[in-house]
Amino acid sequence: MSADSSPKIVIVDESPIRAAILEEGLREAGFKDVVHISEMQSLLARIYALDPDVIVIDLENPSRDVLEQMFQVSRAVRRPIAMFVDQSDAASIQASVDAGVSAYIVDGLKKERLKPILDLCISRFNAFAKLQDELDRTKSALEDRKVIDRAKGILMKLKGLTEEEAYVLLRSTAMREKKKIGEIAQSILTASELLK
Amino acid sequence: MTTPLHIGFIPLVDAAALIVAVDKGFTAAEGLDVTLVREVSWSNVRDKLNIGLFEAAHLLAPVAIASSLGLGHVKVPITAPFNLGLNGNAITVSPALYAAIMGELAGDPLDPMATALALSRVVAARRKSGAEPLTFGMTFPFSTHNYQLRFWMAAGGVDPDEDVHLVVLPPPYMVDSLANGHVDGFCVGAPWNSVAVDLGVGHILHFVSDILVRAAEKVLAIRQSWAEKNPEVVAALVRAAFRAAEFIEQPENRGEIARILAQPERIGVDAGVIQRTLDGRLKISPDGTMRESSRYLLVGREAAARPDPVQAAWLYAQMVRWGQAAVSPEAVKTAQAVFRPDLYDAALGLSGQADPGRFGSIGAFAGPAFDPNDIAGYLASFTLLRRVP
Repeated sequence: MSADSSPKIVIVDESPIRAAILEEGLREAGFKDVVHISEMQSLLARIYALDPDVIVIDLENPSRDVLEQMFQVSRAVRRPIAMFVDQSDAASIQASVDAGVSAYIVDGLKKERLKPILDLCISRFNAFAKLQDELDRTKSALEDRKVIDRAKGILMKLKGLTEEEAYVLLRSTAMREKKKIGEIAQSILTASELLK
Repeated sequence: MTTPLHIGFIPLVDAAALIVAVDKGFTAAEGLDVTLVREVSWSNVRDKLNIGLFEAAHLLAPVAIASSLGLGHVKVPITAPFNLGLNGNAITVSPALYAAIMGELAGDPLDPMATALALSRVVAARRKSGAEPLTFGMTFPFSTHNYQLRFWMAAGGVDPDEDVHLVVLPPPYMVDSLANGHVDGFCVGAPWNSVAVDLGVGHILHFVSDILVRAAEKVLAIRQSWAEKNPEVVAALVRAAFRAAEFIEQPENRGEIARILAQPERIGVDAGVIQRTLDGRLKISPDGTMRESSRYLLVGREAAARPDPVQAAWLYAQMVRWGQAAVSPEAVKTAQAVFRPDLYDAALGLSGQADPGRFGSIGAFAGPAFDPNDIAGYLASFTLLRRVP
């Protein structure tokens, strides 16, 4: 890699959506040479063939241990690779681990040049986690709604309540028991199953 | 004392003492509030321990030593006051390689020298016929699995760097890789060897206890700086793990232990396979052949949990032998000082006078007796070795 060209970045990630988000971010930031590997079979051979300057991998990926082999002295290694995060950069380590991403750098690439790449990965990983989180919450809110509706129906039938009264009963019980309304509704469903 | 602790582990049977200590309430009884965090890679465990996200971890013994020496990664001194397991790995090969080795075997198939010599004849025949070199999977560059495989094949004259390929594979990928021919064999911990046999894609060739009688496998690893500031917590953890190890070693508890470990958030595999591992009774061939060994995995019996600095020195010697470390008297001392029998004894109120050496230390099937005070001399007796470049 010459001093002014864009470093070659390999993204190792089994999540195609997160990899796409990351790749897009890197391209927008001017890093043109980005390759995504989603298949973990023969990972090392593929990385050697691509000969990247930087490797980005998510921390949920068991293949991180495969990358560690690159540090080993072996005839297969054409040039040594060192982990980017060093002892002097504790804040970067913490931020990247919190975000769930790890970066490796091939010796020879200046650290200053890597900093913006890692920062971008961290922010994109965090953005992806936030998206995932929102999606999960929406899903569970929908689930809760369904459960609450069914519990209301049972209360209305058994206790002759109106829908409004059934909901008030669920809510006040939840408050008294310091539980979520969805949990109270779930226990009503479970109890009614048992008593069938 | 309710100190919240985060302890990382990899879903393997040799995390048993740690998991049982928490799930059976032994840590709570010591006033500890422990959250176990299941991890997917040794790199993660090491890094999270290093930067303080974990106070302690289930860690490969060689990684604790490498981290303390700054090999392969940043230097973070580690303290290991408790040994979570001795042995427990096995070498499993594909049916094709098994047949090839058996075809060349002269002697007892359980004798690692006989199988290593047979392997070397298989390797020679493949080279002559122009076949691809054999590939073996292991779990990490700094792992007992790596050293056990190398020790075994090198004894038969197979150069682990020149004659075959050794590749790192995450344990959950081992079985698939064997099934699809990506590797011809591997060395891994439980339950993965049994999983391969049950699926009919592998034969267990050796328990690693055939290769070494006693090898420190996983340790309870704690950052040295943190251990020094929290001696009471360290002692409490050692006591809880010790009680768990004693509980695990009672055969009548094995069913319960296997169920605890089989939980999806713990190891997450079939309880029957876990119980076979703990009992040292493994199916070694898809045809149903069983093999029993009292040495397969030692969690607490025979003083297995007491860290033995001689074993740390042996692991360091393997790093030197295979070019991962330079030989130096200071490094030997540092490696040995990672293993802390003194902390173990103090936590359990043992005098340290009981003869801890009565069970032996290494007991390798080949090479001279290991002398931690003369690693260069020990290594000089081997013809196959790498130099640090």
